[in-house]
Amino acid sequence: MQTSTKALIPNEFVTHPLITTNGEEKIIPLNGLKPHISVRNLCISYGDQHILKNVTIDIPDKKITAIIGPSGCGKTTLLKSFNRLIESADGIKISGEVLLDGDNIYDPKVEVTSMRKKMGLLSQRPMPLPMSIFDNIAYGMRIHGVRRKKILAERVEHYLRQASLWEEVKDRLHAPATKLSIGQQQRLCLARGLAVEPEIILGDEPTSALDPISSQRIEEKFMELKKDYTVVMVTHILRQARRIADYIIFMWLGEIIEHGPAHEVLENPKHELTWSYVKGVIS
Amino acid sequence: MFFRKLEERIFNVLIRVATLIIISSLFVIVLTILVKGIPAMNWDMISKSPSGGFYLGREGGVLNAIAGSLYLGIGASIFSLLLAIPVVVYMNVYAPAGSRFVHFIRLSLDILYGIPSIVYGAFGFIIMLFLGMQVSLLAGIITVGLLVLPIMARTMDEVIRTIPKELTDASLSLGATRWETAMKVIVRQAFPGILTAILLGFGRAIGDAASVIFTTGFTDNVPTSILQPAATLPLAIFFQLGSPIEEVVNRAYASALILTIMILIISISSRLLTKRFKKNVIN
Repeated sequence: MQTSTKALIPNEFVTHPLITTNGEEKIIPLNGLKPHISVRNLCISYGDQHILKNVTIDIPDKKITAIIGPSGCGKTTLLKSFNRLIESADGIKISGEVLLDGDNIYDPKVEVTSMRKKMGLLSQRPMPLPMSIFDNIAYGMRIHGVRRKKILAERVEHYLRQASLWEEVKDRLHAPATKLSIGQQQRLCLARGLAVEPEIILGDEPTSALDPISSQRIEEKFMELKKDYTVVMVTHILRQARRIADYIIFMWLGEIIEHGPAHEVLENPKHELTWSYVKGVIS
Repeated sequence: MFFRKLEERIFNVLIRVATLIIISSLFVIVLTILVKGIPAMNWDMISKSPSGGFYLGREGGVLNAIAGSLYLGIGASIFSLLLAIPVVVYMNVYAPAGSRFVHFIRLSLDILYGIPSIVYGAFGFIIMLFLGMQVSLLAGIITVGLLVLPIMARTMDEVIRTIPKELTDASLSLGATRWETAMKVIVRQAFPGILTAILLGFGRAIGDAASVIFTTGFTDNVPTSILQPAATLPLAIFFQLGSPIEEVVNRAYASALILTIMILIISISSRLLTKRFKKNVIN
């Protein structure tokens, strides 16, 4: 399915011109927003299966971007390409660039650990580390060299508060993280991610395992966090995208079909596929 | 309908028979050791080394073999663990997912698993001749360590394989290196399984007779150096069982009782230890 990208772009967008490898000019509309992550001609294949086909997209700074699309369309792969977590599979081929503030993270000179530190990840199923609540938050800080107990304790409290978990756990900081409810676990994971002072929060369907109330709390957190962080989340819940996303990327079979400000894409899709997906004709 | 019912009946009987055989064989073995071993059991058996003529029914005990077996079991387990941990960490954390080389390592370990221990003994003996080494505790530790390696490595491997990839990803996305992830997260999560692996390896190491005949030798003294030969309980049992004197044969059963109790103590204490470490494990 080859779609002309140009046809999808409304004229009124302020655009950044970009010369692609084949010399053809492609335009990335971001409506004047400052890009934080820029993906350029990213192709990812596994064996002879193409998971991402020449993806070029900008992720706006300090906004919530939702990646939507049917299952298996490459949403998670795109998300995980942002912190190079997809590299760990055998036989995976990656070409193209992912620029973080203008620097290509796939450059061999890039130190993966310090790059990953810039992005907190929330997975589908909350994944606390096999240690106490306190140590879960302290883990990342310790790895990055924070040793003093007093500082660790202060920061653990700070980040637990930031994830609205402090009041619920302050009396049992040394209990195993697995004793928390699943919703609390996801907020713990959020606090753990925040504790390494990232710039970006990546969420891979972060509410899909949670009950409605826990989901709502995560969504509220995201709304607060976008003041200081760039949030990118994969979601298959359209209503969630409608509630919290500022910017939407719609993917279909490894390609980006349409992207733009949330209301544009959701209310007034330019592409037939987007229309069918948003209106629930396909899912 | 009749046949399906018959099928169910037959299988039901099969289940019961199989269970009965397993439980009763354990029961019979323990009973034999107890009945025959307890009369020959006395404090001297545990506290004294054989005096001259011990194998003809004179006084003494099997302290030499108890000490030798413990040294050998502990030494071989540590040696094996030092090799198993890096291999298993490589297979599960460092190697790319689905790597062929990892398949090959697993296959190699499975084949090594199946090689009879006498072959290890003969192999160890040849290497010793080549190096000009004498029968010694050290040679035994190395040979038995290699014998135990596939058991330890594969048991740990199976446990670590079940750890969800998201857990590794969670640690990596905080900017941890693979080494930190392996040592601080994976090992903690797999700790109960690692303990089981060590226990299985230790049990095999302390109980194997064939691999130590040529390598560790036998002596009536408690070894004071790693370069001295050492006695082991399985060989002590073997030598005493071959005796025409009834008293000596009964001491063989007493020695077997000692060996069984040693394994039991280690088994139970490691179970208790596992429980303590299990509380943080996520599931």
